[in-house]
Amino acid sequence: MAPLLELRNLSTHYVSQRGTRVVKAVDHVSLALDAGETLGVVGESGSGKTTLALSILRLLPTAADNAGGEMLFDGEDLLKKSPEEMRQIRGKRIAMILQDPMASLNPLFTIGDQVAEPLRVHEGMGRRSAWQRATALLKSVRITAPETRVREYPHQMSGGMRQRIVGAMGIACEPRLLIADEPTTSLDLTIQAQYLALLRDLQREHGLALIFITHNLGIVAKMCDRVAVMYAGRLVEFGPVRKIFDEPRHPYTRALLQSIPRFADSRQRLTAIGGQPPDLSALPLGCAFHPRCPDAIDRCRGEAPEETGAAMGHTVRCWVAGP
Amino acid sequence: MASRVATATLGWTLSTLRMKGFPWIPVGILFTIAVVAIFAEVLAPHSSEVGSLGERFKPPAWQQGGSSQFLLGTDHLGRDVLSRLIFGARVSMVVGILAVVVAGTIGTTLGILSGYMGTWVDQLIMRVTDTWLALPALTFAIFLAAILGPSEMNIVIILTLVYWTRYARVIRGEVLSLKEREFVRLAIVAGCSKWTIMKRHILPNVLNTVMVLASLQLGVVIIAEATLSFLGVGVPPPKPAWGLMLADGKKGMMAGYWWLTVTPGMCIALMVLSANLLGDWLRVKLDPQLRQL
Repeated sequence: MAPLLELRNLSTHYVSQRGTRVVKAVDHVSLALDAGETLGVVGESGSGKTTLALSILRLLPTAADNAGGEMLFDGEDLLKKSPEEMRQIRGKRIAMILQDPMASLNPLFTIGDQVAEPLRVHEGMGRRSAWQRATALLKSVRITAPETRVREYPHQMSGGMRQRIVGAMGIACEPRLLIADEPTTSLDLTIQAQYLALLRDLQREHGLALIFITHNLGIVAKMCDRVAVMYAGRLVEFGPVRKIFDEPRHPYTRALLQSIPRFADSRQRLTAIGGQPPDLSALPLGCAFHPRCPDAIDRCRGEAPEETGAAMGHTVRCWVAGP
Repeated sequence: MASRVATATLGWTLSTLRMKGFPWIPVGILFTIAVVAIFAEVLAPHSSEVGSLGERFKPPAWQQGGSSQFLLGTDHLGRDVLSRLIFGARVSMVVGILAVVVAGTIGTTLGILSGYMGTWVDQLIMRVTDTWLALPALTFAIFLAAILGPSEMNIVIILTLVYWTRYARVIRGEVLSLKEREFVRLAIVAGCSKWTIMKRHILPNVLNTVMVLASLQLGVVIIAEATLSFLGVGVPPPKPAWGLMLADGKKGMMAGYWWLTVTPGMCIALMVLSANLLGDWLRVKLDPQLRQL
């Protein structure tokens, strides 16, 4: 079966106005995601996670440009779609939840109007039927008393409720793919857990594929089927979640896993990754991670590693870890 | 499309207004002025344009030498001041409201387009606005008046042409900050078209600012109309306009004919103040967050 979403060597570069500086925010990223699966995208701030998500929706800022690759969604290349075709895909077939769902609601409209909006835009529903559907959606994201809540305004909702409302807007048109960009960072822990459980349930009910962008590896371990680790715009390791957590192959993935605080073992010291993430417009020669890598060999300094291990479904970009 | 937006917005606006804290006095004043303007022919006791020179400079009825025939006295041509005020209300209402509405609509539309579309649309609209703003408002208005000739309709056109830029500038700034807000970005991500976003997410959120700006501009416009009339390029005499009356009456101030300036002055002040108070109330009322307080 062909995967729902397949990226082949996707690159997105930011180019400065005079064209002198090129920031390779996403560089030769290849990955695949099946229907109903969850993909976790992890990496440090500035490693290109959000740019990757925006690339999929083709909503890049004006300075950014696609610099090659293919992006197959349901067998169609999204990069070949016209802006109007893309608009019809957004919200209907691929939906997204933004980094700060707390601010994602228009303060002037009722909850019902806003949840109904994607339905009216994409399904051409009338006001009344869209509202009925909105009420049902609120119920499905476990808002109590949805009949009264639809008539209320965003400022009357708590943070967790607003989050779930944004979730309801995301699944309103029953998309095949939902991209969630750090949807839980602004929530406290108990609400976070509730929300994640809800996302899982929605995913199961609707057969959604989910892309989860986060830097919380705990969430990845619980939620995801596959993990993509990004460093400096490149995918350094990609594979099934068990494999990545049990046998991480890339030194960066290992370092990331060692920097999680563990509750069980209070004596173990946290290991921070030495050095700073590189300047994306002036990447070091060779592997971008080599200045911070404990295992670097001479070859890493001169040559960028190719992706290996595609056949086993667990790819890695590393000279040392590679076969 | 514009009219559908307007009706939708109006319907939405009216349904959200509740009567608590309603500014009865200012609205009463504006309503009175409007009624007076509409029924001027019925209400005015005398002709507003023809007087008799024998009755010149009669003081108001309660002052010595006044007569109950002319409640607010007469002017230098013996015309009844009250009747002129009543007919003047029509001019001020029509000119003021039309100029504010037309300029507000044009300015807001261009401001939203400019702020939201960005790129060359923004450049084009803003450079025109900059050039426009660099012209001194009054000189520009006089220049236009000289071309168009004096008439009530032309004053509306002139004031619109002179004052639309204020709305465009302010609204564009507002839109620039709005379009970075998360709910607008979510609407983009949800696949709303540019027009839908401008209509449903940007316009309602700038309406508060437009209302406040419009209520302040109403004062500016009425005074600008008065200035133009004073300079002789506004409402052509003998048609009564409050500004024109103020200008005519100025000559009599030193001679003790106070009623010729004070009465139209008070009418202008009351109308402007009422408009401002109404604008203030609307500002609070249109914000769901403030509405609860």
